[in-house]
Amino acid sequence: MQIGIFSVGDVTTDPTTGRTPTEHERIKATVAIAKKAEEVGLDVFATGEHHNPPFISSNPTATLAYIGAQTERIVLSTATTLITTTDPVLIAEDYAKIQHLTDGRVDLMMGRGNTGPVYPWFGKDIRQGINLAIENYALLHRLWREDVVDWSGRFRTPLQGYTSTPRPLDGVPPFVWHGSIRSPEIAEQAAYYGDGFFHNHIFWPASHTQQMVDLYRRRFEHYGHGPADTAIVGLGGQFFMRPNSQDAVAEFRPYFDNAPVYGHGPSLEDFTEATPLTVGSPQQVLERTLSFRDYVGDYQRQLFLVDHAGLPLKTVLEQLDLLGEILPEMRKGFAEGRPAHVPDAPTHGSLVAAAGGAHDSTVYAAADSATGHRAEDVLA
Amino acid sequence: MTRLVVVSAGLSNPSSTRLLADRLAAATSEALAEATVTQVELRDLAHQLTDHLLTGFPGPELAAAIAAVRDADGLVVVTPVFSASYSGLFKTFFDVLEPGTLDGTPVLVAATAGTARHSLVLEHALRPLFAYLRAVVVPTGVFAATEDFASPDLEQRITRAAGELAALVGKVSPADAAGSPLRRTVDDELAEPTPFEELLRRASAG
Repeated sequence: MQIGIFSVGDVTTDPTTGRTPTEHERIKATVAIAKKAEEVGLDVFATGEHHNPPFISSNPTATLAYIGAQTERIVLSTATTLITTTDPVLIAEDYAKIQHLTDGRVDLMMGRGNTGPVYPWFGKDIRQGINLAIENYALLHRLWREDVVDWSGRFRTPLQGYTSTPRPLDGVPPFVWHGSIRSPEIAEQAAYYGDGFFHNHIFWPASHTQQMVDLYRRRFEHYGHGPADTAIVGLGGQFFMRPNSQDAVAEFRPYFDNAPVYGHGPSLEDFTEATPLTVGSPQQVLERTLSFRDYVGDYQRQLFLVDHAGLPLKTVLEQLDLLGEILPEMRKGFAEGRPAHVPDAPTHGSLVAAAGGAHDSTVYAAADSATGHRAEDVLA
Repeated sequence: MTRLVVVSAGLSNPSSTRLLADRLAAATSEALAEATVTQVELRDLAHQLTDHLLTGFPGPELAAAIAAVRDADGLVVVTPVFSASYSGLFKTFFDVLEPGTLDGTPVLVAATAGTARHSLVLEHALRPLFAYLRAVVVPTGVFAATEDFASPDLEQRITRAAGELAALVGKVSPADAAGSPLRRTVDDELAEPTPFEELLRRASAG
Protein backbone atom coordinates (compact mmCIF):
# COMPACT_ATOMS: atom_id res chain seq x y z
CA MET A 1 0.00 0.00 0.00
CA GLN A 2 1.36 3.38 -1.01
CA ILE A 3 0.50 6.34 1.19
CA GLY A 4 1.35 9.86 0.15
CA ILE A 5 0.18 13.39 -0.46
CA PHE A 6 -1.01 15.44 -3.40
CA SER A 7 -0.84 19.17 -3.79
CA VAL A 8 -3.00 21.43 -5.91
CA GLY A 9 -0.60 24.34 -5.57
CA ASP A 10 -3.13 27.04 -4.70
CA VAL A 11 -2.01 30.43 -3.43
CA THR A 12 -4.72 31.16 -0.88
CA THR A 13 -5.01 33.82 1.80
CA ASP A 14 -4.73 32.49 5.33
CA PRO A 15 -8.17 33.48 6.68
CA THR A 16 -6.89 33.69 10.25
CA THR A 17 -4.17 36.24 9.48
CA GLY A 18 -5.28 37.77 6.19
CA ARG A 19 -1.84 37.06 4.77
CA THR A 20 -1.37 35.66 1.27
CA PRO A 21 1.93 33.97 0.44
CA THR A 22 3.89 35.08 -2.60
CA GLU A 23 4.32 32.74 -5.53
CA HIS A 24 7.96 32.34 -4.57
CA GLU A 25 7.09 31.36 -1.00
CA ARG A 26 4.48 28.90 -2.20
CA ILE A 27 6.78 27.33 -4.79
CA LYS A 28 9.51 26.86 -2.18
CA ALA A 29 6.94 25.58 0.32
CA THR A 30 5.91 22.90 -2.17
CA VAL A 31 9.48 21.64 -2.26
CA ALA A 32 9.74 21.72 1.53
CA ILE A 33 6.49 19.76 1.81
CA ALA A 34 7.67 17.12 -0.65
CA LYS A 35 10.96 16.68 1.22
CA LYS A 36 9.09 16.47 4.50
CA ALA A 37 6.83 13.80 3.01
CA GLU A 38 9.86 11.65 2.30
CA GLU A 39 11.32 12.39 5.74
CA VAL A 40 8.20 11.17 7.58
CA GLY A 41 8.16 7.97 5.53
CA LEU A 42 5.49 8.65 2.92
CA ASP A 43 5.67 6.86 -0.43
CA VAL A 44 4.32 9.36 -2.95
CA PHE A 45 4.36 13.09 -3.65
CA ALA A 46 2.09 14.28 -6.45
CA THR A 47 1.67 17.79 -7.83
CA GLY A 48 -1.26 19.26 -9.69
CA GLU A 49 -1.10 21.27 -12.90
CA HIS A 50 -2.75 24.63 -13.42
CA HIS A 51 -2.11 27.41 -15.88
CA ASN A 52 -3.79 30.31 -14.15
CA PRO A 53 -3.66 32.27 -10.91
CA PRO A 54 -4.00 31.63 -8.00
CA PHE A 55 -1.95 28.47 -8.67
CA ILE A 56 1.79 27.91 -8.80
CA SER A 57 1.56 24.46 -10.37
CA SER A 58 2.37 25.27 -13.98
CA ASN A 59 5.41 23.41 -15.30
CA PRO A 60 5.04 20.39 -13.00
CA THR A 61 7.97 18.61 -14.64
CA ALA A 62 10.48 21.21 -13.45
CA THR A 63 9.04 20.94 -9.95
CA LEU A 64 9.21 17.14 -9.95
CA ALA A 65 12.74 17.03 -11.35
CA TYR A 66 13.92 19.54 -8.75
CA ILE A 67 12.31 17.56 -5.94
CA GLY A 68 13.65 14.35 -7.45
CA ALA A 69 17.16 15.72 -7.18
CA GLN A 70 16.72 16.39 -3.47
CA THR A 71 15.02 13.16 -2.45
CA GLU A 72 16.10 9.54 -2.44
CA ARG A 73 13.12 7.30 -2.21
CA ILE A 74 9.74 8.97 -2.63
CA VAL A 75 7.78 8.32 -5.83
CA LEU A 76 6.99 11.49 -7.77
CA SER A 77 3.65 11.75 -9.46
CA THR A 78 1.06 14.17 -10.76
CA ALA A 79 -2.50 14.97 -9.72
CA THR A 80 -3.19 15.57 -12.48
CA THR A 81 -1.34 15.95 -15.80
CA LEU A 82 -3.58 17.74 -18.28
CA ILE A 83 -3.83 15.23 -21.09
CA THR A 84 -6.39 17.45 -22.82
CA THR A 85 -4.41 20.63 -23.34
CA THR A 86 -0.84 19.35 -23.17
CA ASP A 87 0.69 17.90 -26.31
CA PRO A 88 1.06 14.15 -25.69
CA VAL A 89 4.37 14.30 -27.55
CA LEU A 90 5.73 16.65 -24.89
CA ILE A 91 4.30 14.53 -22.06
CA ALA A 92 6.06 11.48 -23.55
CA GLU A 93 9.39 13.30 -23.68
CA ASP A 94 9.14 15.13 -20.36
CA TYR A 95 8.16 12.21 -18.17
CA ALA A 96 10.55 9.78 -19.81
CA LYS A 97 13.27 12.31 -19.05
CA ILE A 98 12.26 12.54 -15.39
CA GLN A 99 12.12 8.76 -15.30
CA HIS A 100 15.79 8.62 -16.32
CA LEU A 101 16.85 11.43 -14.00
CA THR A 102 15.16 9.89 -10.95
CA ASP A 103 16.01 6.27 -11.79
CA GLY A 104 12.37 5.38 -12.29
CA ARG A 105 10.83 7.18 -9.33
CA VAL A 106 8.01 8.69 -11.38
CA ASP A 107 4.53 7.85 -12.50
CA LEU A 108 1.70 10.13 -13.56
CA MET A 109 -2.02 10.64 -13.40
CA MET A 110 -4.00 11.84 -16.38
CA GLY A 111 -6.75 14.37 -15.87
CA ARG A 112 -8.77 16.70 -18.03
CA GLY A 113 -8.75 19.95 -16.09
CA ASN A 114 -11.87 21.94 -15.38
CA THR A 115 -10.75 25.52 -15.95
CA GLY A 116 -12.65 26.57 -19.06
CA PRO A 117 -10.32 29.24 -20.48
CA VAL A 118 -7.25 26.97 -20.25
CA TYR A 119 -8.58 25.04 -23.23
CA PRO A 120 -8.73 27.99 -25.66
CA TRP A 121 -5.43 29.32 -24.27
CA PHE A 122 -3.87 26.11 -25.49
CA GLY A 123 -5.90 26.01 -28.69
CA LYS A 124 -8.41 23.42 -27.54
CA ASP A 125 -12.17 23.21 -26.93
CA ILE A 126 -13.44 22.13 -23.51
CA ARG A 127 -16.48 20.52 -25.12
CA GLN A 128 -14.02 18.01 -26.59
CA GLY A 129 -12.56 17.22 -23.16
CA ILE A 130 -13.33 13.50 -23.15
CA ASN A 131 -12.34 13.09 -26.80
CA LEU A 132 -9.06 14.93 -26.20
CA ALA A 133 -8.28 12.74 -23.19
CA ILE A 134 -8.95 9.60 -25.19
CA GLU A 135 -7.14 10.45 -28.42
CA ASN A 136 -4.16 12.15 -26.78
CA TYR A 137 -3.58 9.27 -24.40
CA ALA A 138 -3.88 6.74 -27.22
CA LEU A 139 -0.97 8.56 -28.87
CA LEU A 140 1.04 8.87 -25.65
CA HIS A 141 0.58 5.16 -25.01
CA ARG A 142 2.10 4.36 -28.40
CA LEU A 143 4.95 6.87 -28.12
CA TRP A 144 6.29 5.04 -25.07
CA ARG A 145 5.90 1.59 -26.59
CA GLU A 146 6.85 1.97 -30.25
CA ASP A 147 10.26 3.30 -31.28
CA VAL A 148 9.00 4.84 -34.50
CA VAL A 149 5.47 6.15 -34.69
CA ASP A 150 3.39 7.12 -37.72
CA TRP A 151 0.21 8.70 -36.50
CA SER A 152 -2.63 10.93 -37.53
CA GLY A 153 -5.63 12.03 -35.50
CA ARG A 154 -8.06 14.82 -34.98
CA PHE A 155 -6.41 17.05 -32.43
CA ARG A 156 -2.74 17.48 -33.32
CA THR A 157 -0.60 17.58 -36.39
CA PRO A 158 0.24 14.14 -37.85
CA LEU A 159 3.53 12.37 -37.11
CA GLN A 160 5.61 10.48 -39.63
CA GLY A 161 8.67 8.55 -38.53
CA TYR A 162 8.66 10.14 -35.08
CA THR A 163 10.75 8.73 -32.25
CA SER A 164 10.04 10.12 -28.79
CA THR A 165 13.28 10.55 -26.87
CA PRO A 166 14.55 9.55 -24.45
CA ARG A 167 13.07 6.10 -24.73
CA PRO A 168 11.52 4.93 -21.41
CA LEU A 169 14.02 3.85 -18.77
CA ASP A 170 14.86 0.12 -18.98
CA GLY A 171 12.29 -0.19 -21.78
CA VAL A 172 9.41 0.26 -19.33
CA PRO A 173 7.05 3.26 -19.58
CA PRO A 174 6.06 5.13 -16.41
CA PHE A 175 2.93 3.70 -14.82
CA VAL A 176 -0.18 5.74 -15.60
CA TRP A 177 -3.25 6.45 -13.49
CA HIS A 178 -6.38 8.07 -14.85
CA GLY A 179 -8.17 10.46 -12.54
CA SER A 180 -11.79 11.47 -12.80
CA ILE A 181 -14.42 12.56 -10.30
CA ARG A 182 -17.52 11.96 -12.33
CA SER A 183 -16.82 10.81 -15.87
CA PRO A 184 -17.42 7.08 -16.28
CA GLU A 185 -15.68 7.27 -19.67
CA ILE A 186 -12.37 7.82 -17.88
CA ALA A 187 -12.88 4.80 -15.61
CA GLU A 188 -13.61 2.85 -18.79
CA GLN A 189 -10.40 4.17 -20.37
CA ALA A 190 -8.29 3.17 -17.35
CA ALA A 191 -9.86 -0.30 -17.40
CA TYR A 192 -9.28 -0.76 -21.13
CA TYR A 193 -5.55 -0.14 -20.83
CA GLY A 194 -5.16 -1.95 -17.52
CA ASP A 195 -3.87 1.33 -16.08
CA GLY A 196 -4.63 2.61 -12.59
CA PHE A 197 -7.78 4.53 -11.70
CA PHE A 198 -7.64 7.30 -9.14
CA HIS A 199 -10.72 8.85 -7.60
CA ASN A 200 -10.33 12.27 -6.04
CA HIS A 201 -12.81 11.13 -3.39
CA ILE A 202 -12.56 14.27 -1.27
CA PHE A 203 -15.25 16.48 -2.69
CA TRP A 204 -18.06 13.99 -3.14
CA PRO A 205 -19.94 11.43 -1.06
CA ALA A 206 -18.49 7.96 -0.70
CA SER A 207 -21.39 6.40 -2.61
CA HIS A 208 -20.26 8.19 -5.75
CA THR A 209 -16.63 7.13 -5.37
CA GLN A 210 -17.84 3.59 -4.86
CA GLN A 211 -19.83 3.64 -8.13
CA MET A 212 -16.87 4.93 -10.14
CA VAL A 213 -14.39 2.46 -8.65
CA ASP A 214 -16.84 -0.39 -9.07
CA LEU A 215 -17.27 0.45 -12.76
CA TYR A 216 -13.48 0.53 -13.22
CA ARG A 217 -13.00 -2.81 -11.46
CA ARG A 218 -15.77 -4.50 -13.47
CA ARG A 219 -14.38 -3.25 -16.77
CA PHE A 220 -10.75 -4.05 -15.79
CA GLU A 221 -11.84 -7.65 -15.50
CA HIS A 222 -13.94 -7.40 -18.68
CA TYR A 223 -10.86 -6.34 -20.65
CA GLY A 224 -8.92 -9.34 -19.43
CA HIS A 225 -6.40 -7.70 -17.11
CA GLY A 226 -7.33 -9.95 -14.19
CA PRO A 227 -10.01 -10.28 -11.52
CA ALA A 228 -11.79 -7.06 -10.50
CA ASP A 229 -10.20 -7.07 -7.07
CA THR A 230 -6.72 -6.91 -8.62
CA ALA A 231 -7.39 -3.64 -10.46
CA ILE A 232 -5.18 -0.74 -9.41
CA VAL A 233 -7.15 1.81 -7.40
CA GLY A 234 -6.07 5.08 -5.79
CA LEU A 235 -8.06 7.43 -3.60
CA GLY A 236 -7.74 10.98 -2.38
CA GLY A 237 -8.41 11.98 1.19
CA GLN A 238 -8.11 14.98 3.45
CA PHE A 239 -7.74 15.47 7.15
CA PHE A 240 -6.76 17.96 9.76
CA MET A 241 -5.56 16.52 13.02
CA ARG A 242 -4.39 17.58 16.44
CA PRO A 243 -3.77 15.32 19.43
CA ASN A 244 -7.03 16.66 20.87
CA SER A 245 -9.94 16.48 18.40
CA GLN A 246 -11.63 19.67 19.66
CA ASP A 247 -8.43 21.58 18.95
CA ALA A 248 -8.40 20.22 15.40
CA VAL A 249 -11.98 21.37 14.76
CA ALA A 250 -11.43 24.82 16.25
CA GLU A 251 -8.19 25.40 14.35
CA PHE A 252 -9.40 24.07 10.99
CA ARG A 253 -12.88 25.62 10.93
CA PRO A 254 -11.89 29.06 9.56
CA TYR A 255 -9.87 27.37 6.80
CA PHE A 256 -12.80 25.13 5.96
CA ASP A 257 -15.36 27.96 6.04
CA ASN A 258 -13.29 30.03 3.62
CA ALA A 259 -11.82 27.26 1.45
CA PRO A 260 -11.89 28.00 -2.28
CA VAL A 261 -13.67 24.78 -3.22
CA TYR A 262 -16.40 24.24 -0.63
CA GLY A 263 -16.21 27.33 1.58
CA HIS A 264 -19.34 29.33 2.40
CA GLY A 265 -21.38 26.23 1.66
CA PRO A 266 -22.16 23.28 3.90
CA SER A 267 -21.04 23.29 7.51
CA LEU A 268 -17.82 21.54 8.52
CA GLU A 269 -19.94 18.95 10.31
CA ASP A 270 -22.17 18.27 7.27
CA PHE A 271 -19.21 18.06 4.91
CA THR A 272 -17.29 15.79 7.25
CA GLU A 273 -20.25 13.45 7.33
CA ALA A 274 -20.89 13.54 3.58
CA THR A 275 -17.28 13.25 2.37
CA PRO A 276 -14.02 11.61 3.59
CA LEU A 277 -12.83 14.85 5.23
CA THR A 278 -11.80 14.00 8.78
CA VAL A 279 -11.07 16.69 11.33
CA GLY A 280 -10.08 15.30 14.68
CA SER A 281 -7.51 13.23 16.53
CA PRO A 282 -4.88 11.07 14.82
CA GLN A 283 -6.84 8.02 15.96
CA GLN A 284 -9.97 9.32 14.23
CA VAL A 285 -8.05 9.98 11.02
CA LEU A 286 -6.57 6.50 11.19
CA GLU A 287 -9.93 4.81 11.65
CA ARG A 288 -11.69 6.85 8.98
CA THR A 289 -8.92 6.20 6.46
CA LEU A 290 -9.00 2.47 7.07
CA SER A 291 -12.77 2.51 6.52
CA PHE A 292 -12.37 3.57 2.87
CA ARG A 293 -11.74 -0.09 2.03
CA ASP A 294 -15.29 -0.89 3.10
CA TYR A 295 -16.65 0.62 -0.09
CA VAL A 296 -13.83 0.43 -2.66
CA GLY A 297 -12.19 -2.83 -1.62
CA ASP A 298 -8.49 -3.28 -0.93
CA TYR A 299 -6.67 -0.65 -2.93
CA GLN A 300 -3.17 0.46 -3.81
CA ARG A 301 -2.62 4.16 -3.26
CA GLN A 302 -3.93 6.66 -0.73
CA LEU A 303 -3.03 10.31 -1.29
CA PHE A 304 -3.97 13.06 1.14
CA LEU A 305 -4.45 16.74 0.41
CA VAL A 306 -2.72 18.61 3.24
CA ASP A 307 -1.47 21.93 1.83
CA HIS A 308 -4.49 23.95 0.80
CA ALA A 309 -7.05 26.55 1.85
CA GLY A 310 -4.35 28.93 3.08
CA LEU A 311 -2.87 26.69 5.77
CA PRO A 312 0.59 28.06 6.65
CA LEU A 313 3.63 25.94 5.81
CA LYS A 314 4.43 25.41 9.49
CA THR A 315 1.00 23.88 10.07
CA VAL A 316 1.27 21.70 6.97
CA LEU A 317 4.62 20.34 8.15
CA GLU A 318 3.10 19.62 11.57
CA GLN A 319 0.28 17.74 9.85
CA LEU A 320 2.85 15.65 8.02
CA ASP A 321 4.65 14.90 11.29
CA LEU A 322 1.36 13.70 12.78
CA LEU A 323 0.68 11.60 9.68
CA GLY A 324 4.14 10.12 10.02
CA GLU A 325 3.36 9.13 13.60
CA ILE A 326 0.26 7.12 12.63
CA LEU A 327 1.81 5.78 9.43
CA PRO A 328 2.99 2.44 10.89
CA GLU A 329 -0.50 1.81 12.30
CA MET A 330 -2.07 2.81 8.99
CA ARG A 331 0.17 0.41 7.06
CA LYS A 332 -0.63 -2.33 9.52
CA GLY A 333 -4.34 -1.63 9.19
CA PHE A 334 -4.25 -1.70 5.41
CA ALA A 335 -2.34 -4.99 5.45
CA GLU A 336 -4.86 -6.59 7.80
CA GLY A 337 -7.15 -8.98 5.96
CA ARG A 338 -5.71 -8.01 2.58
CA PRO A 339 -5.81 -11.08 0.31
CA ALA A 340 -2.40 -12.17 -0.98
CA HIS A 341 -3.47 -11.94 -4.61
CA VAL A 342 -4.26 -8.21 -4.36
CA PRO A 343 -1.23 -6.53 -5.91
CA ASP A 344 0.66 -3.49 -4.67
CA ALA A 345 0.75 -0.38 -6.81
CA PRO A 346 3.14 -0.92 -9.72
CA THR A 347 6.55 0.69 -9.33
CA HIS A 348 9.39 0.95 -11.80
CA GLY A 349 11.00 -2.05 -10.14
CA SER A 350 7.89 -4.21 -10.33
CA LEU A 351 7.21 -3.21 -13.92
CA VAL A 352 10.77 -4.06 -14.95
CA ALA A 353 10.47 -7.42 -13.23
CA ALA A 354 7.12 -8.07 -14.95
CA ALA A 355 8.75 -7.24 -18.30
CA GLY A 356 11.35 -9.93 -17.69
CA GLY A 357 14.12 -7.57 -16.65
CA ALA A 358 15.58 -4.27 -17.75
CA HIS A 359 16.63 -3.73 -21.31
CA ASP A 360 18.11 -0.56 -22.67
CA SER A 361 15.77 0.91 -25.24
CA THR A 362 17.98 3.61 -26.68
CA VAL A 363 17.24 4.28 -30.32
CA TYR A 364 20.60 4.82 -32.00
CA ALA A 365 20.78 6.89 -35.14
CA ALA A 366 23.83 6.83 -37.36
CA ALA A 367 23.49 10.46 -38.24
CA ASP A 368 21.15 13.30 -37.59
CA SER A 369 18.90 13.10 -40.58
CA ALA A 370 16.18 15.38 -39.34
CA THR A 371 17.90 18.61 -38.41
CA GLY A 372 21.13 20.42 -39.11
CA HIS A 373 20.01 21.88 -42.36
CA ARG A 374 18.91 25.38 -43.02
CA ALA A 375 15.17 25.53 -43.62
CA GLU A 376 15.92 26.55 -47.19
CA ASP A 377 17.87 23.33 -47.75
CA VAL A 378 15.05 21.19 -46.45
CA LEU A 379 12.56 22.98 -48.65
CA ALA A 380 14.79 22.49 -51.67
CA MET B 1 -48.63 3.09 -12.19
CA THR B 2 -47.94 6.53 -13.62
CA ARG B 3 -45.48 8.61 -11.65
CA LEU B 4 -46.47 12.25 -11.47
CA VAL B 5 -44.09 14.67 -9.74
CA VAL B 6 -45.09 18.16 -8.70
CA VAL B 7 -42.33 20.73 -8.15
CA SER B 8 -43.43 23.89 -6.40
CA ALA B 9 -41.29 26.85 -5.43
CA GLY B 10 -43.53 28.87 -3.15
CA LEU B 11 -41.79 30.45 -0.18
CA SER B 12 -44.55 31.04 2.33
CA ASN B 13 -46.50 28.32 4.08
CA PRO B 14 -49.22 27.95 3.03
CA SER B 15 -48.48 29.49 -0.34
CA SER B 16 -50.73 30.20 -3.29
CA THR B 17 -48.07 28.49 -5.43
CA ARG B 18 -48.53 25.28 -3.47
CA LEU B 19 -52.29 25.71 -3.62
CA LEU B 20 -52.16 25.88 -7.41
CA ALA B 21 -49.73 22.95 -7.50
CA ASP B 22 -52.08 20.82 -5.43
CA ARG B 23 -55.04 21.61 -7.68
CA LEU B 24 -53.05 20.79 -10.81
CA ALA B 25 -51.85 17.54 -9.23
CA ALA B 26 -55.36 16.54 -8.26
CA ALA B 27 -56.76 17.34 -11.69
CA THR B 28 -53.97 15.45 -13.45
CA SER B 29 -54.33 12.43 -11.15
CA GLU B 30 -58.01 12.38 -11.91
CA ALA B 31 -57.39 12.52 -15.65
CA LEU B 32 -54.92 9.66 -15.40
CA ALA B 33 -56.31 6.24 -14.54
CA GLU B 34 -53.73 5.43 -11.89
CA ALA B 35 -51.04 7.77 -10.68
CA THR B 36 -48.76 8.26 -7.74
CA VAL B 37 -48.08 11.88 -6.91
CA THR B 38 -44.76 12.95 -5.41
CA GLN B 39 -44.57 16.48 -4.09
CA VAL B 40 -41.23 18.31 -4.25
CA GLU B 41 -41.37 21.46 -2.15
CA LEU B 42 -38.28 23.47 -3.03
CA ARG B 43 -38.42 25.66 0.07
CA ASP B 44 -37.46 22.63 2.15
CA LEU B 45 -34.48 22.02 -0.13
CA ALA B 46 -33.22 25.61 -0.29
CA HIS B 47 -30.09 25.02 1.83
CA GLN B 48 -29.19 21.81 0.03
CA LEU B 49 -29.66 23.52 -3.33
CA THR B 50 -27.21 26.24 -2.37
CA ASP B 51 -24.76 23.66 -1.05
CA HIS B 52 -25.10 21.75 -4.32
CA LEU B 53 -24.16 24.87 -6.29
CA LEU B 54 -21.00 25.16 -4.19
CA THR B 55 -19.96 21.53 -3.76
CA GLY B 56 -21.35 19.88 -6.89
CA PHE B 57 -23.25 17.13 -5.11
CA PRO B 58 -26.74 16.93 -3.58
CA GLY B 59 -27.59 16.32 0.04
CA PRO B 60 -29.78 13.27 0.78
CA GLU B 61 -33.24 14.93 0.50
CA LEU B 62 -32.26 16.82 -2.63
CA ALA B 63 -30.86 13.63 -4.16
CA ALA B 64 -34.21 11.93 -3.52
CA ALA B 65 -36.09 14.83 -5.14
CA ILE B 66 -33.80 14.76 -8.19
CA ALA B 67 -34.28 11.00 -8.50
CA ALA B 68 -38.06 11.41 -8.34
CA VAL B 69 -37.98 14.04 -11.10
CA ARG B 70 -35.64 11.90 -13.20
CA ASP B 71 -37.96 8.91 -12.95
CA ALA B 72 -41.18 10.89 -13.42
CA ASP B 73 -43.57 10.06 -16.25
CA GLY B 74 -44.95 13.59 -16.06
CA LEU B 75 -44.09 16.81 -14.26
CA VAL B 76 -46.09 19.74 -12.93
CA VAL B 77 -43.87 22.73 -12.16
CA VAL B 78 -45.14 25.83 -10.40
CA THR B 79 -43.21 28.98 -9.52
CA PRO B 80 -44.09 32.34 -8.09
CA VAL B 81 -43.14 35.27 -10.32
CA PHE B 82 -40.20 37.18 -8.91
CA SER B 83 -38.83 40.21 -10.76
CA ALA B 84 -40.53 39.34 -14.04
CA SER B 85 -39.45 35.69 -14.15
CA TYR B 86 -39.39 32.38 -12.28
CA SER B 87 -37.88 32.60 -8.81
CA GLY B 88 -34.18 31.96 -8.26
CA LEU B 89 -34.98 28.96 -6.10
CA PHE B 90 -37.08 27.44 -8.89
CA LYS B 91 -34.32 27.96 -11.46
CA THR B 92 -31.65 26.60 -9.12
CA PHE B 93 -33.40 23.26 -8.92
CA PHE B 94 -33.40 22.90 -12.70
CA ASP B 95 -29.81 24.20 -12.85
CA VAL B 96 -28.49 21.30 -10.80
CA LEU B 97 -30.14 18.54 -12.85
CA GLU B 98 -27.79 16.44 -14.97
CA PRO B 99 -28.08 17.21 -18.69
CA GLY B 100 -30.60 14.81 -20.19
CA THR B 101 -32.64 14.39 -17.00
CA LEU B 102 -35.82 15.84 -18.53
CA ASP B 103 -35.34 14.71 -22.13
CA GLY B 104 -38.80 14.00 -23.53
CA THR B 105 -40.61 14.38 -20.19
CA PRO B 106 -44.11 15.90 -20.49
CA VAL B 107 -44.30 19.06 -18.34
CA LEU B 108 -47.16 21.30 -17.31
CA VAL B 109 -45.89 24.81 -16.50
CA ALA B 110 -47.67 27.07 -14.06
CA ALA B 111 -47.01 30.29 -12.18
CA THR B 112 -48.58 32.55 -9.58
CA ALA B 113 -48.27 36.30 -9.08
CA GLY B 114 -49.96 39.21 -7.42
CA THR B 115 -51.20 40.63 -10.68
CA ALA B 116 -52.28 39.35 -14.08
CA ARG B 117 -49.77 41.70 -15.73
CA HIS B 118 -47.13 38.94 -15.21
CA SER B 119 -49.09 36.27 -17.04
CA LEU B 120 -46.76 36.08 -20.05
CA VAL B 121 -44.00 34.82 -17.78
CA LEU B 122 -45.13 31.34 -18.78
CA GLU B 123 -44.35 32.11 -22.41
CA HIS B 124 -41.20 34.18 -22.11
CA ALA B 125 -39.52 32.40 -19.20
CA LEU B 126 -40.85 28.93 -18.44
CA ARG B 127 -41.42 27.59 -21.93
CA PRO B 128 -37.91 28.49 -23.17
CA LEU B 129 -36.36 26.97 -20.04
CA PHE B 130 -38.11 23.64 -20.55
CA ALA B 131 -37.53 23.72 -24.28
CA TYR B 132 -33.81 24.02 -23.52
CA LEU B 133 -34.09 21.06 -21.15
CA ARG B 134 -35.73 19.13 -24.03
CA ALA B 135 -38.89 18.51 -22.07
CA VAL B 136 -42.28 18.48 -23.82
CA VAL B 137 -44.36 21.39 -22.52
CA VAL B 138 -48.14 20.96 -22.81
CA PRO B 139 -49.97 23.67 -24.80
CA THR B 140 -51.91 25.13 -21.89
CA GLY B 141 -49.90 26.81 -19.16
CA VAL B 142 -51.71 27.86 -16.02
CA PHE B 143 -51.13 31.31 -14.63
CA ALA B 144 -52.95 32.39 -11.49
CA ALA B 145 -52.91 35.95 -10.22
CA THR B 146 -54.30 36.40 -6.72
CA GLU B 147 -57.65 37.53 -8.12
CA ASP B 148 -57.93 34.33 -10.23
CA PHE B 149 -58.50 32.28 -7.11
CA ALA B 150 -62.01 33.79 -7.16
CA SER B 151 -62.60 32.99 -10.83
CA PRO B 152 -64.22 29.84 -12.26
CA ASP B 153 -62.02 30.34 -15.34
CA LEU B 154 -59.03 29.13 -13.34
CA GLU B 155 -60.66 25.75 -12.77
CA GLN B 156 -61.31 25.44 -16.51
CA ARG B 157 -57.69 26.13 -17.34
CA ILE B 158 -56.52 23.69 -14.69
CA THR B 159 -58.77 20.97 -16.09
CA ARG B 160 -57.68 21.64 -19.67
CA ALA B 161 -53.96 21.70 -18.82
CA ALA B 162 -54.24 18.58 -16.66
CA GLY B 163 -56.06 16.80 -19.47
CA GLU B 164 -53.31 17.74 -21.91
CA LEU B 165 -50.62 16.49 -19.56
CA ALA B 166 -52.49 13.26 -18.87
CA ALA B 167 -52.93 12.72 -22.62
CA LEU B 168 -49.18 13.01 -23.18
CA VAL B 169 -48.02 10.94 -20.22
CA GLY B 170 -47.29 7.38 -21.24
CA LYS B 171 -48.35 8.03 -24.83
CA VAL B 172 -45.03 9.32 -26.06
CA SER B 173 -41.82 7.58 -25.18
CA PRO B 174 -39.11 10.02 -24.08
CA ALA B 175 -36.92 8.83 -26.94
CA ASP B 176 -39.61 9.57 -29.53
CA ALA B 177 -40.43 12.91 -27.95
CA ALA B 178 -36.84 14.05 -27.60
CA GLY B 179 -35.71 12.64 -30.92
CA SER B 180 -33.58 9.53 -30.65
CA PRO B 181 -31.02 8.89 -29.28
CA LEU B 182 -31.55 10.24 -25.76
CA ARG B 183 -28.60 11.85 -24.08
CA ARG B 184 -26.89 9.38 -21.80
CA THR B 185 -26.52 10.51 -18.21
CA VAL B 186 -23.70 9.65 -15.83
CA ASP B 187 -25.99 7.05 -14.24
CA ASP B 188 -26.55 5.43 -17.65
CA GLU B 189 -22.79 5.22 -18.22
CA LEU B 190 -22.17 3.82 -14.75
CA ALA B 191 -24.77 1.11 -15.33
CA GLU B 192 -23.74 0.28 -18.86
CA PRO B 193 -20.56 1.99 -20.06
CA THR B 194 -19.96 2.81 -23.69
CA PRO B 195 -17.24 0.32 -24.74
CA PHE B 196 -13.82 1.90 -25.07
CA GLU B 197 -13.42 1.03 -28.77
CA GLU B 198 -16.53 3.12 -29.41
CA LEU B 199 -15.16 6.00 -27.30
CA LEU B 200 -11.91 5.81 -29.24
CA ARG B 201 -13.73 5.81 -32.57
CA ARG B 202 -15.85 8.81 -31.54
CA ALA B 203 -12.85 10.71 -30.18
CA SER B 204 -11.17 10.89 -33.55
CA ALA B 205 -14.27 10.87 -35.74
CA GLY B 206 -15.00 14.59 -35.43
